[in-house]
Amino acid sequence: MSHFKKVLIANRGEIARRIIRTCKRLSISTVAVYSEADAASLFVKEADEAVLIGPAPVKKSYLDLEAIIQAAKQTGADAVHPGYGFLAENGTFAERCAEEGITFIGPTASVIRLMGDKIAARKQMKAAGIQIVPGVDGALRSIDEAKQVANEIGYPVMLKASAGGGGIGMQIVHSDQELEKAFESTAQRAGSYFGDDTLFLEKYISSPRHIEVQIAGDVHGNVVHLWERECSIQRRNQKIIEEAPSPFLDPVAREALCAAAVKGAESIGYTNVGTMEFIVDEQGQYYFLEMNTRIQVEHPVTEEISAIDLVEWQLKIAANLPIDRGAIPSNPSGHAIECRVYAEDARTFMPSPGKIDALVVPVEARLEFAVTEGDQVTPFYDPMIGKIITHGASRAEAIEKMKQALQQCIVGGIKNNLPLLASIMDDSAFQAGTYNTKFVETLLKG
Amino acid sequence: MSEKKVILSPLPGVFYRKPSPDQPDYVQEGDMVKSGDIVGLIEVMKNFYEVKVEEDGVIDRFSVENETIVDVDQELVVLR
Repeated sequence: MSHFKKVLIANRGEIARRIIRTCKRLSISTVAVYSEADAASLFVKEADEAVLIGPAPVKKSYLDLEAIIQAAKQTGADAVHPGYGFLAENGTFAERCAEEGITFIGPTASVIRLMGDKIAARKQMKAAGIQIVPGVDGALRSIDEAKQVANEIGYPVMLKASAGGGGIGMQIVHSDQELEKAFESTAQRAGSYFGDDTLFLEKYISSPRHIEVQIAGDVHGNVVHLWERECSIQRRNQKIIEEAPSPFLDPVAREALCAAAVKGAESIGYTNVGTMEFIVDEQGQYYFLEMNTRIQVEHPVTEEISAIDLVEWQLKIAANLPIDRGAIPSNPSGHAIECRVYAEDARTFMPSPGKIDALVVPVEARLEFAVTEGDQVTPFYDPMIGKIITHGASRAEAIEKMKQALQQCIVGGIKNNLPLLASIMDDSAFQAGTYNTKFVETLLKG
Repeated sequence: MSEKKVILSPLPGVFYRKPSPDQPDYVQEGDMVKSGDIVGLIEVMKNFYEVKVEEDGVIDRFSVENETIVDVDQELVVLR
């Protein structure tokens, strides 16, 4: 199996627990790193060792790469798993690990940097023959250039921060006038959030679906896909429900999309697991959006339909083992749905930190929870407290199981989005699979 | 004689006096402010919420420093 003896997990919450679980199964020791705010968290208790790396603010703990490198050296970890978010897509962190002789479980620093630059990533994929959303190829140098491009491709357009992601740093613009206003404010926000105020713009697609393809590549040149995930159910441009396969794609469209994802990953010599994100319009035309060079929050739906442990694949690929193509089933098995449980108001999405004074979890579902009863949800990190995943022979069965799971689930003491998740499962458009990324907005208006 | 008014934190989180680290503070002590003016940000769970003035006045003092961890209803700013 993997040649790693000890893996440090440079993350927190549910994904840290998820990684620990696979490491335990593979008899790999684990090291958790944690901030003062997370001292009592489950992932800290479940790891074999735990190192305090700083106070609550992320800049002083989970983003402090030298503190994490130090923890890895001090504990003798031979590899670091970055999870998602934080330092997962930080080329410098990957490089620093390599310099210290620690394996970074992910792609190379240069690939992380290439795909982290959204403009460079689009150019790369266009060169590889993959359709991208019509827009400007390079950084916008001025408001006049922005106006010219916007008029060429036609309003509405989406103004985006080159360094952005997760829906942060983007704005829909309908006219020259709006563009003038948005140009400065978006640049300012991008500058303060990402330290880079470079903007680009592209055609705005009116009824888009967000569909992504799970890929994996190894150092031996193998690149494979594990089908797609449908991620169009979003609030504030962030996903809340994902499913696999997508109810929107027929087998021909699925094969074309997955082949494009593999081609794109091959073009950059991608190693480890990654996700190619696409936007798909009403006619079924797909456009490359961006690549996430890490494990995704929603990876469990892929695991459910493929019976593959993606964290195990990450460990093996990082240990230079070849991908076992024989482990991939010829077709996806059944249907899987994931619901993200957030500590936030179900209607306003206002975050709701506080003490979880009651937690009843569903019995017949896969659970990836960060917290247990009595835990404090602090204001410092992401509001996601857990994920519920169901798997059925059909989509209808997976939905039925999710309905039951959501009914059984109780989160007391803090506001949470369980009511929203339940109402989506009951919605006829969701059940018909005919939704797009505007679904939640429309549902809440209605 | 105007009586003192205080602005309380609407949420628990981290209080910032400036829109980003390399930018100046929103307002200084002694500044005149109008209803709706932004005096700071609260960061909670990766979201930023603007802290706004509800009644016209003058910034008397800040009760907490930049980047302080604050609780809901904690006093942030005193107006006169």
